[in-house]
Amino acid sequence: MKPLVLTHFTATSCLGRGVAATLQALRERRSGLRKCTFETVDLPTYAGEVAGVDEVVLPDSLRPFDCRNNRLALLALRQDGFVNAVEDSVRRWGRRRVGVFLGTSTSGILQCEIAYRQRDPASGSLPADFDYATTQNSFSVAAFVRGALDLDGPAAVVCSACSSSAKVFGSARRMIEAGLIDAAVVGGVDSLCLTTLYGFHALQLISPGPCRPFDVARDGISIGEAAAYALLESPSSTVGTDTVRLLGVGESSDAYHMSSPHPEGAGARAAMLHALHSAGLEPGEIDYINLHGTGTQSNDNSESRAVSSLFGTDTPSSSTKGATGHALGAAGALEAVICALALQNDFMPAGVNTTRVDPALAVRYLSETRFGPLTHVLSNSFGFGGSNCSLIFGRERSGT
Amino acid sequence: MSALTAWVDGVGLLGPGLSDWPAACAVLKGETFYDPRPTVLPAPDSLPPTERRRTGRVVKLALAVGHEAASRAAVHPSHLPTVFSSSGADGQICHEICEVLATSDRQLSPTRFHNSVHNVAAGYWSIANGARAPSNCLCGFDASFAAGLLEALTQVAVERMPCLLIAYDTPYPEPLFAKRPIPDAFGVALLLSTEPRSGSLARITATLTDASPDRLSPPRLESLRSAIPAARSLPLLQTFAQRRAQRVVLDYLGELRLAVESEPCA
Repeated sequence: MKPLVLTHFTATSCLGRGVAATLQALRERRSGLRKCTFETVDLPTYAGEVAGVDEVVLPDSLRPFDCRNNRLALLALRQDGFVNAVEDSVRRWGRRRVGVFLGTSTSGILQCEIAYRQRDPASGSLPADFDYATTQNSFSVAAFVRGALDLDGPAAVVCSACSSSAKVFGSARRMIEAGLIDAAVVGGVDSLCLTTLYGFHALQLISPGPCRPFDVARDGISIGEAAAYALLESPSSTVGTDTVRLLGVGESSDAYHMSSPHPEGAGARAAMLHALHSAGLEPGEIDYINLHGTGTQSNDNSESRAVSSLFGTDTPSSSTKGATGHALGAAGALEAVICALALQNDFMPAGVNTTRVDPALAVRYLSETRFGPLTHVLSNSFGFGGSNCSLIFGRERSGT
Repeated sequence: MSALTAWVDGVGLLGPGLSDWPAACAVLKGETFYDPRPTVLPAPDSLPPTERRRTGRVVKLALAVGHEAASRAAVHPSHLPTVFSSSGADGQICHEICEVLATSDRQLSPTRFHNSVHNVAAGYWSIANGARAPSNCLCGFDASFAAGLLEALTQVAVERMPCLLIAYDTPYPEPLFAKRPIPDAFGVALLLSTEPRSGSLARITATLTDASPDRLSPPRLESLRSAIPAARSLPLLQTFAQRRAQRVVLDYLGELRLAVESEPCA
């Protein structure tokens, strides 16, 4: 594929607001996971809740979109001068030539969950102020962000569970390469809700403590929430050596099971292989892998098989979900931003909470942060329904 | 403005009073009176029995139209990249989950939870067909059909691969129905390819526009078009049925619309 430039990017998660807070937490190996006290949830688990979401006030013109997911979307959008970067892009290309492609798994479903507690006792109807289109519907977040940024180009939400906001990079890249747009706001926004907390609990996939990806005693995920964005554009002459590029996208389907990954990681392997082909890179040219690494027995088993079958056992790898929790539909974009930070700041984040790496998992799992220049990194995102996506990001280095 | 071109090799369709693509053709050509009887969804025979029992209306609908389009084009679906696009996930399951979560018990069924994801139809399609090719899954609320068509056309144009677009919507039960009144199930599948083949129905080329969207007559068909997001495809499908070269404008995002030049193949 033709490489694209990440002109700007930002992320807000339980690690903090914006890239500086995210970077500092990763370097200091801090986890944002805390005992879950979200809403009325009564489950023995940890969660990655973003502080201050409830205090976010939407602009009057977008008030119908008010819900936790869109408050989180706006909170993140306001960090790191991201809005200014998009306005610059609009000046370059025009507002119809800038697309919006966002991933989410549950959008504003929390609003519907709350509305179901407030049904009219006689008729069963939902409260009059519940607005399905602007809150619950999955597209709500893209309509909201498109409105908040005053954009007028193509837009879609990718809703493929936990691969959603990795796959948006593929959709945006195709639309740019087809010439329909010149730039795209890509990203993911997923917020805590009862459906995912009680749903993953029902599947017995939630850890009672902070998740420990790739640990011998790993026992499930910790659910987090996050919003992360990147501005993707065709390269221009102003690109510097610290500019992060999207070099490859690989997508595949497992054709195996709705909620269990293929045991040998066949689909994960295919996605990574496609990403390498699309970037024109060999496995040995990848310096670091940001694993999907959810902390369930089955994911980490199958992912390690897929990684080792393609890369051998020496490529430094880690999951950052011990720090952020699993942000589900926002995980792909959050981890894309983490990869961009790793490239720009010459470090590989250690996996936190993991005290004893499972010897049965044949990857070089980083328990300590490593510092040093990186040229190419790969990020994995795999979702329910066997939906897999791998992204490759890179940075120009003199002499490379 | 760049144009996106593909050839339509097969169509699948299921909706109220429209039992398959030939039945829809007859209505869209004006040969048959349109009688919108409730949509009848077939059992998903392509799935193993254990999986078949677990599927809801949205999976049955998407699999039925996807298989019709592939079989009309005489293509086995296992190697086809796919784009699924719908306004919502399974409305019945969403309702059941929200009901349980509103009680003090909150014990969800694990199967119900994994079947609640928006990409449930894509997951079961992949299992039913052993399809390991890339699959995307979009939501565009009322813009879902045009968003899906754009995604599929860019896949064909950029990846130089065929792509099966499956756009579908099913109703919510009450009380959500009152908030999102999709009256019945409607699904359409288009098998798009990079080159014409014997049997290709039409060549389509899409551009963005702000021209007014096309409407349908008779009013019953227009009601269907405007009530169900996937049925926003009907003006385009009518050009295939009538084998007529025509430019149609489809609803997309407010003032931004999708113009499609459709030209029948010989």
